[in-house]
Amino acid sequence: MIRYALGRLTSLILSLIVASIVIFAVIEVIPGDPAAFMLGVNARPDTIAALRAEMGLDRSLAVRYADWVAGMLRGDFGQSWTYKTAVSELIADRIWVSLPLAIYALALSTLIAFPAGIYAASRRGSAGDVTIMGATQLGVAIPNFWFAMILVLIFAINLRWFSAGGFPGWDNPLQAIKALTLPAIALALPQAAILARVMRSSLLDMLGEDFMRTARAKGLTRRQALWKHAVRNALIPVLTIIGLQFSFLLAGGIIIEQVFFLPGLGRLIFQSISARDLIVVESVVMILVFVVILVNFLVDLAYAAVDPRLRARA
Amino acid sequence: MSRNLIIGALLSALFLGLAALSFVWTPYDIATLDIPGKLQGPSGAHLLGTDHFGRDILSMIMMGARSSIAVAVVAVGIGMAIGIPLGLLAAARRGSLLDEVIMRGNDLVFAFPSLVIAILITAVFGASAVNAIIAIGIFNIPVFARLARGAALPLWERDFILAARVCGKSATRISVEHILPNITNLMIVQGTIQFSLGILAEAALSYIGLGAQPPTASWGRMLADAQTLVSIAPHTALVPGFAILLMVLGLNLLGDGLRDWLDPRLRVVRA
Repeated sequence: MIRYALGRLTSLILSLIVASIVIFAVIEVIPGDPAAFMLGVNARPDTIAALRAEMGLDRSLAVRYADWVAGMLRGDFGQSWTYKTAVSELIADRIWVSLPLAIYALALSTLIAFPAGIYAASRRGSAGDVTIMGATQLGVAIPNFWFAMILVLIFAINLRWFSAGGFPGWDNPLQAIKALTLPAIALALPQAAILARVMRSSLLDMLGEDFMRTARAKGLTRRQALWKHAVRNALIPVLTIIGLQFSFLLAGGIIIEQVFFLPGLGRLIFQSISARDLIVVESVVMILVFVVILVNFLVDLAYAAVDPRLRARA
Repeated sequence: MSRNLIIGALLSALFLGLAALSFVWTPYDIATLDIPGKLQGPSGAHLLGTDHFGRDILSMIMMGARSSIAVAVVAVGIGMAIGIPLGLLAAARRGSLLDEVIMRGNDLVFAFPSLVIAILITAVFGASAVNAIIAIGIFNIPVFARLARGAALPLWERDFILAARVCGKSATRISVEHILPNITNLMIVQGTIQFSLGILAEAALSYIGLGAQPPTASWGRMLADAQTLVSIAPHTALVPGFAILLMVLGLNLLGDGLRDWLDPRLRVVRA
């Protein structure tokens, strides 16, 4: 297990290094000068020179890269050019919208997908199974931002149960959760459809295993065998998908935040892109990549913890 | 042939047909604005109504199908053209350092949140359909590379490959002449799935303004324009959304149907 974990950790660190180089390079290869890019076409040469100095662009590439990485390791992501505050503060503010939203959506997705997948698999070929599988086909085909607009149309504009957008802050947790509900549903539904399909097919595989026959032979009812043996084993591949989904939900939240005017990381990225505030863009992207890679790493570890075969193979 | 295959093929053909037709004919010219006739509901004159500039939505959908399909097809093409050779190469040199490098490179691309990187690319290089294609295409490469390698590996153990090696064929020739034809079906099925994901990704990118730029029509763009109008003219949001939904659904069903149809083992099981 320890060897396996060390191996995964090495690849985690390698991934982060390559990711940081890629992100740094993308920002660097902007046609022309980043300072000129940030100031726009009408900037005076002396303003550009001043910003170049402020951003440290007069130093060599390697020095700037090392500086950026060293800063991030200390939790210093530099100064935002437009907000005039530390990027780490901007991110700390916004993460309290994006992270709860992703967790909320993941919880919803799991709550919908598990019963649906288990029901469909245990009644394979029944009308219920066909209906659920049909619904998942629709679910994976729906663009989530469009689904979000439809939710707003129905539940905010017509029924007036929810507000159409905005976020009141966490001072009143109930209001905050309410404001995140429609966005979370919009994010969760397509993911739930995928998860339900994985759950169903994974469970169907298990139902065909020899140990299920053994379980029935020793006197368990179908239901007991299903819950005690099949569902447990079927969860292993499902776990991987849940991990992948979390990172997708965090990144996918970017677009949903736009639909609901939520002040999360997504809106921060877009505002920074239109303000040409590259330092913020660079750092937020790096943080999202970091979270995604970290979650994948944790999933790999969890996977190995529950499935000894994987440890042996590594 | 299964019902999935037929429904999927019909839906996909419908949108491909609309896109093709738009090159020679659309009901109205989408470059002409008709402000007095804006936001009309569906009628005989405008089957799907008009948008906030009075443009015919059916014509916009037809033109939008063109950009969505173009972006998704080229993005899948990039993924196949680079990914399949990489996968074949990794399989031919299985266990070597090259194989290891290719596969670890794949893992790395998989680890990136694709949407975030697509946003980064389009933000830095400017929002355009071409940059959207590149951003989506990059993430198709590891999909095809991994699949091609996985499918090619067991083939390398087969007797007919051994025969080809005995004949003195090089690994490259074997990959092209014997392995590739045997994995083509699988690649086509995956291509269909990636095509549908590409349609969704293109819609998302152009919705946030990072895809095709106006005046080029695109489904995501139409949805972005409709967002503030959804309460007074719901059809402006419903129509492009259903277009995306039906196109993606069609491609997914087509992919599922093709997989069942092309894989004789599955056919036997079902029969």
